[in-house]
Amino acid sequence: MSKKSRVIEREEVVIRFSGDSGDGMQLTGTLFSDTAALFGNDLSTFPDYPAEIRAPQGTVGGVSGFQVHLGHSEINTPGDFSDVLVAMNPAAIKANAKWIKPGGTIIYDEGNFTEKNIEKAGYEKDPILEEKLESYNVIAAPISSMVKEALKDFGLDPKSVLRTKNMFALGMVYWLFDRKLNYTEDYFEKKFRNKPGMAEANKTALRAGYYYAETIEALNPVYKILPAQIAKGTYRNINGNSATAWGFIAAAEKAGLELFIGSYPITPATGILEELAARKDLGVKSFQAEDEIAGICTSLGASFAGNLAVTSTSGPGLALKSEAIGLAVMAELPIVIVNVQRGGPSTGLPTKTEQADLMQALYGRNGECPVVVIASSTPSDCFHFAFEAARIALEHMTPVLLLSDSYLANGTEPWRIPEMKDLPKINPPFADRTEIPFLPYKRDNEKLSRSWAVPGTAGLEHRIGGLEKTVKGTVSYTPENHEEMVKVRAEKVERVVNEIPDLEVYGAKSGNILVVGWGGSYGYLITAVRELQDEGHKISMVNFNYINPMPKNVKDVFSRFKKIVVCELNMGQFADYLRIKHQEFTYEQINKVQGVPFKVNDIKEKCIKMLEDK
Amino acid sequence: MADTLEYKYTAKDFKSDQEVRWCPGCGDHAVLSSVQRALAELGIPKEKIAFISGIGCSSRFPYYMDTYGFHGIHGRASAIATGVKTANPELSVWQITGDGDALAIGGNHFIHAIRRNIDINIILFNNEIYGLTKGQYSPTSTKGLVTKTSPFGTVEEPFSVGELVIGAKGKFFARTIDTNVALSTQIYIEAAKHKGTSVIEVLQNCVIFNDGIHDEIADKEVRDDRTLILKHGQPMIFGKNNDKGLILEGCRRLKSVKLGENGITEKNILVHDAFEPNPGIQYMLANMKYPEYPVALGVIRSIDGPTYDIAVREQIEGIKKTAKIKCMDDLLKSGSTWSVG
Repeated sequence: MSKKSRVIEREEVVIRFSGDSGDGMQLTGTLFSDTAALFGNDLSTFPDYPAEIRAPQGTVGGVSGFQVHLGHSEINTPGDFSDVLVAMNPAAIKANAKWIKPGGTIIYDEGNFTEKNIEKAGYEKDPILEEKLESYNVIAAPISSMVKEALKDFGLDPKSVLRTKNMFALGMVYWLFDRKLNYTEDYFEKKFRNKPGMAEANKTALRAGYYYAETIEALNPVYKILPAQIAKGTYRNINGNSATAWGFIAAAEKAGLELFIGSYPITPATGILEELAARKDLGVKSFQAEDEIAGICTSLGASFAGNLAVTSTSGPGLALKSEAIGLAVMAELPIVIVNVQRGGPSTGLPTKTEQADLMQALYGRNGECPVVVIASSTPSDCFHFAFEAARIALEHMTPVLLLSDSYLANGTEPWRIPEMKDLPKINPPFADRTEIPFLPYKRDNEKLSRSWAVPGTAGLEHRIGGLEKTVKGTVSYTPENHEEMVKVRAEKVERVVNEIPDLEVYGAKSGNILVVGWGGSYGYLITAVRELQDEGHKISMVNFNYINPMPKNVKDVFSRFKKIVVCELNMGQFADYLRIKHQEFTYEQINKVQGVPFKVNDIKEKCIKMLEDK
Repeated sequence: MADTLEYKYTAKDFKSDQEVRWCPGCGDHAVLSSVQRALAELGIPKEKIAFISGIGCSSRFPYYMDTYGFHGIHGRASAIATGVKTANPELSVWQITGDGDALAIGGNHFIHAIRRNIDINIILFNNEIYGLTKGQYSPTSTKGLVTKTSPFGTVEEPFSVGELVIGAKGKFFARTIDTNVALSTQIYIEAAKHKGTSVIEVLQNCVIFNDGIHDEIADKEVRDDRTLILKHGQPMIFGKNNDKGLILEGCRRLKSVKLGENGITEKNILVHDAFEPNPGIQYMLANMKYPEYPVALGVIRSIDGPTYDIAVREQIEGIKKTAKIKCMDDLLKSGSTWSVG
C-alpha cells in the first residue's frame, strides 16, 4: 500500500453513496460495508432507494442512496450526517446537501455534471456554489472519462463501460479509508465466473479509482478507523429480512418441524420470502401465493397440518390478512405473521420506513381478537425475535404478529453468529394419542394453550373452524360459552407475560427523563440517550420488544422518572397504547412521520428542551 | 392418495357425533351420504383424511364427517386446502365449497389451485343461489333470475363451472346431481383416485331459496332424456329408451340426434374420451344446456399431470441431495464471516 501524507484517526465516520437508481449505489455500499466489517469495524447501514425501479434519470426523485456508518466503537445507527458524500450526478447533491457534515468531503463525477443534468436537478449552473458547499473538501473527479480510458482496450460497449463508474468511485473511497481491495475483487471473480472479461473490467475500474485517489492531492486527509472493540466470536453482516428468515429456520430446527411460508411479494417484506425460497437445502417449503389472503390461508392450512407456518407482508398486506388472523385466533393455531412496516396509509411510501401499523397489529380485526405482538429492534436481532415469535406461537398455540420495518429490513450490521446448541428447544403441545376422545379446546392449566392434534394421527380426528365452539369442538352460540371463550383466549395471550424478559433500563434506574422507544427506532434513541448521558444529563431509556403482552415491570420502571417521553415514527400510537395500559402516567411524545428514521441530533435537542422546561 | 387399510369401513364410520343442521329436504344431505359411501369404499384410513371448507350452507360439511376437518373463512378453502396438502402430501384432502364461496369471493384461489394442479378434491355445490344469507343471486344464477338483490332480475352473465375449470388448465372435471347417490359415489371415488385437482360440480337443490332450480333436468320423470351420463370409451347415448346421442357436426359443434332418424346409427355417435388432453370436445360437453342438449354428467375430463404438492417435495429432496448446507449451523457459518478475538 502507498504512503499516506496525512492520516487522521477517527472514532467513527459516515459515508453516503448516492446516484441514479441505475448507478449501482446499493451494490457499491454493500461492498464497502462488507469490507469494513471484515476489517473489524462495527457498522450500521441504511439503503434508501425510490419505489420506481428506474425512476426518471437524473432527477431528485430517482436518487438512490446507501449510507454506511462505521466505527471503532459501538455503532447503533447509520448516522445523521455524512462525512463523505459520493455523488454520481447533480441530483445526488440536491438530495443530500443538507445532510453533509460542514467541511465534509464530496466526491462527484464531473463528467455527469452536464448542463442538462444540472438543470434536471433544479440548479442553474453550479450545484456546489448554489448549495454553498465550496468551502467543503470538494473533489471533482472525471469518473466517466477515466473509466472510458481505463477500459478502452476491453472491447466493451459504451454502456457496459459506464456501468463500472461506481467501482471507480468505490476505489477512491477505499483509498480514502485505507482499505484493501481483495474482498471486492473476489466478489467480482465469483459473480462473473463465466464472464472473466466483466470481472476484469470491474476490477480495473476499481483499481483505477484507487490509484487516481492516491495520485491527486485533493484527497487529504486520509481517515483511519481502527477495528471496534467487540465481543469475541464469529461475525457476519446481516440485514433484517435475512435475519428474520433465518430465525424461522432456526426455530423450525429447534421444534423438529418443517417450515412453511405462504406469502405474496410486497415491498419491503419480499426479502423474507426470497431468502426462505432459496433455502430448499434446509427443507423450507415456500409458497408464492396468488394474493395476500392466500399467503396466510395456505400457512394456516400448513399449521393445521403440523408445520411451523409463517407469512410475511407489509402494511397493506396485513390489512388483507386481518380476517384470516381472526380465524387463526379462533382456531388457536400457531402462526407467525411478519409485518415489515412502511410508510402508509394505502400504498403510501412503499420503500420508506415508518412505525404506524402498531394499532393495526394490536387491534385491526373484527371481534375480541388478541394476538401476541412482538417488535424487532435492530437488523440482527430480527433473528432472535423471529425465533421468539415462532417459539411463543408454537408453545402457546396462538398467532404471533412480528413487527419489523423498512429500516431494519434493509439495514445491515455485523452480527455475532449464535450456535444452534445455545438456542432453547421448542416444545409444541402435541396432543397425546391417548387423549381419546380428543377435545380440541381442552387447555393446559398453566399456559391455557390447547393441544395440537396433527392430521395423520389416528384417533384424534376433530373439527375446528371460525365458528365459536365449546371445549368439545361443538359449534355453540350460547351467550355464556362465547363470553367464557373470549376471556380464555385473551387470558391465554396475557399469560405469555410469564415467559418474557423484564424491560431493561439503559442508564440509571431513576432520573429526570425516561426515553421510551419500541422496535426499530432503538438505534437512534440509544445513540442520543448515551450522548446525553455522557454530557451529564439524568436521562435513561427503555425499548419495548414485547408489545402485547408488555413486560411485568413497566409500572415499576416508569414510576422512577419525572418525565416519560415516547419516541416513535408515527403520530403517537405506542403513547396512546401506554395511555390505555398504564393510565397512571403522563406521556410526552416525540414523533416523526417523514418516511425516514429519527436523527440523533433532533432527539437530543428535544430531550434537552424537555430537561430545561422542568 | 393415502394408503388403504385392512379394516373395511362402512359409510357410518364417517359420521361424526354432530347433529346435521341442514334444512329438511336440502340436497346437501344426499351429498354427505354419497361422500361417506365413497370414502368407505376407498378405504383410506380416516386419520389421513381432511375436509376443508369455506363459508356457506355446504361449508358446514366438515363438522359432519368423522375425519380431520377445518371450517375456514369465506372463499379461502382452496388456499387452506393447498396449505394442508403441501404441508403433508400423504393426506387425502377434500374441499367443500359452493357457487358463491368458490366462484365469487374465492374465485382467485379456486382458479389458482386448479392451475397449480394441487392434489385436492373440490366438491362444488352449485345451487345457483346464496342460501346462508337467505336468497341473493350468485355467479351461477341464470341471467334474469329474480332474487332479493335482483328484484327486477339479474342483468349479468353466469359462470359455467366446467368452462372456468378448463380455462384454468383444469385436468379433472365431473358433474353430478345431488340426489343421484350411485353416480355421485362413483364420481367421488374417481376424483379421489385422480392425482391432481379434481373439481366435481354437484347440481344441488336449495329447498328454501331456489327450490327446483335443476328440476328441468334432474326430475326423475325427465332426467334420462335430458341428461347424458358420460363414461370413458362409451358412445354418448342417452334417453329413456337409449335412442338419443351426440354427433359432431362439421367438426365444430355438437348436435343432439335421434338414433334411426336421417340414417344415424350408433356408429355415428361420438365416443367419450375423458383422457384426451385437448379439451375441445370436453369443453363443449361441459357447456351443454337443456333444451338444445342434454346436460352432461359423469367424468367429463380426467388427464394426468404433475401435481404441485409432489413437485414441491421432489424439488426439495433433489436439492437436499447435493446441498452443502445441511443444517442451520452450516447456514450461519456460510458465506463471508470473520472472527474477533
